[in-house]
Amino acid sequence: MPTATILSKIKERFPGAVLDITEFADEHILHVQGQDILLVLTELKVDGFNFLADLTAIDNLNLGGFERFAVSYHLLSHKTTERLTVKAYIPEEKPSLPSVESLWKTADWQEREVFDLYGIKFEGHPNLIRIMNPDDFDGYPLRKDYPRLGRKERSDFPVIKRPFKKEKRTE
Amino acid sequence: MTRVTEQPLETDKMVLNFGPHHPATHGTLRIIMELEGETVTKATPEIGYLHSGFEKLGEDLDFNQYITITDRMNYLSPLCNNVAYALAAEKLIGIEVSKRTEYIRVLMCELSRIADHLLNVGMLAVDLGAMTAFLYGFRLREDIYDLFEIATGTRLTTSYTLVGGLMRDIPEGYDKAVIKVLNEVAEVANDIETLLNKNRIWQNRTKNIGIISKDDAISYGISGPMARASGIEWDIRVNEPYSRYDDFDFDVAIALNGDVFDRYLVRMEEIRQSIKICRQSLEKMPAGDVIVDPGLGYSLPPKDEVYNSIEGLIYHFEVTMPNRGMTPPVGEAYVPTESPNGELGFYIVSNGNRTPYRVRTRPPSLINYSIFSKLIEGHMLSDAPAIIGSINVIAGELDR
Repeated sequence: MPTATILSKIKERFPGAVLDITEFADEHILHVQGQDILLVLTELKVDGFNFLADLTAIDNLNLGGFERFAVSYHLLSHKTTERLTVKAYIPEEKPSLPSVESLWKTADWQEREVFDLYGIKFEGHPNLIRIMNPDDFDGYPLRKDYPRLGRKERSDFPVIKRPFKKEKRTE
Repeated sequence: MTRVTEQPLETDKMVLNFGPHHPATHGTLRIIMELEGETVTKATPEIGYLHSGFEKLGEDLDFNQYITITDRMNYLSPLCNNVAYALAAEKLIGIEVSKRTEYIRVLMCELSRIADHLLNVGMLAVDLGAMTAFLYGFRLREDIYDLFEIATGTRLTTSYTLVGGLMRDIPEGYDKAVIKVLNEVAEVANDIETLLNKNRIWQNRTKNIGIISKDDAISYGISGPMARASGIEWDIRVNEPYSRYDDFDFDVAIALNGDVFDRYLVRMEEIRQSIKICRQSLEKMPAGDVIVDPGLGYSLPPKDEVYNSIEGLIYHFEVTMPNRGMTPPVGEAYVPTESPNGELGFYIVSNGNRTPYRVRTRPPSLINYSIFSKLIEGHMLSDAPAIIGSINVIAGELDR
């Protein structure tokens, strides 16, 4: 089934979930509500998009969009060799959406990375902890309102004091 | 008379820290392993020791400046990263590069694939105690790095591509130097396989170790040689050809068992196929420019014109000044490429400024490594270096 047919089928099936369908540089992009992402991706997986190539997020603070955050899923169909980008929008006040770890195990680490760098929570994720930054790290570095100079977070790192004093060497 | 039965030896669970500075991890990886005797019951990889915020950096650097950052991701095959990023930026902006550019990019990608696979197989061998195969591969890798130095000026931080072309053309007589090295590669690949394939220790250490089933490979997002070793017939160079890979005649290496041995075999066969592609690329190399017309505003004019004519100088400033430069359309592009490790994709979101709004790397190392804890469970501790070696985790790309 060509991607355009699948997309119109999805739009009929979930009229409330699909926000828009756009095309840029010959690639289809499906924009959906964050809360319905699991339903939409389950349907797309049945329709042949069997491989989740990439999962990442975008902070739409200065870009404009349906909501503040967009989580984008790059799907691939091994059969038809077509690719599709699905963008799930979630508001700033409640940055959470269902986890797709039950569909693809690869989402485990990638959702942890998005949580670590954007602070987006994935409901139903088995082990949602930071992956790149230390566990006691404060803030979400890839958000657009996070400072780029690095002064704040550096001063927040705990300083390890040496337990032993350097003794003066006696000749 | 009582029959004596062997009682299982009761042992306490032991927690072992593998890394972050273990010689067999070849990078700053840390794995917290729970052992029962010598059997690993649970392994929790902890990553992020080399996290350097490359994606945040990309939001401040313009399209050509970020190419220097891509060198530092997979530092074993930086040219593949350069090409992948340039392709993504070109797709976003909508630039078509010349045929010669694409052929040179293919040549460079395949040379770095050979170097990457030689080092990976060598590292796997040296971790399992076979020093000779490593030395054969590493010596040849030096020759390939010399080729990179001739073309790009540096060995590691190549930064060879530009958006819209290449930094410079390959020098005259380059094909002879490449063919000389390729002949040696073919010999060394045979030597390595003669040393290892029938070696009893090698077979015992690699066969039936770390088996990935086909369904698991798809579920975990495994790509590249690892997926092909599990029987997935998927090679982006063939299935979604980019950079004119469809002009070249080569086969895709497939294996069926999905264990460490099969991954090694697939990599060795890919070295041979890469030799074929390199030879074809040199034979069919078309003439032409290696950068798009500077008048389009995406590339710098030649240095002769910059220094000797006022128009050239104006063009140069139009590209490089902070409030000028290229103006890509508002949109986004994801371009997958077949890097030596697997699917290396760059996802660029642009809001029309000279710097990208968001740059995401789809790192094959990270996604291939996520299956590790499943693979090692139930194996012996000494199998951990074999499995890590066969995944080919590059810490720079893993953590970015």
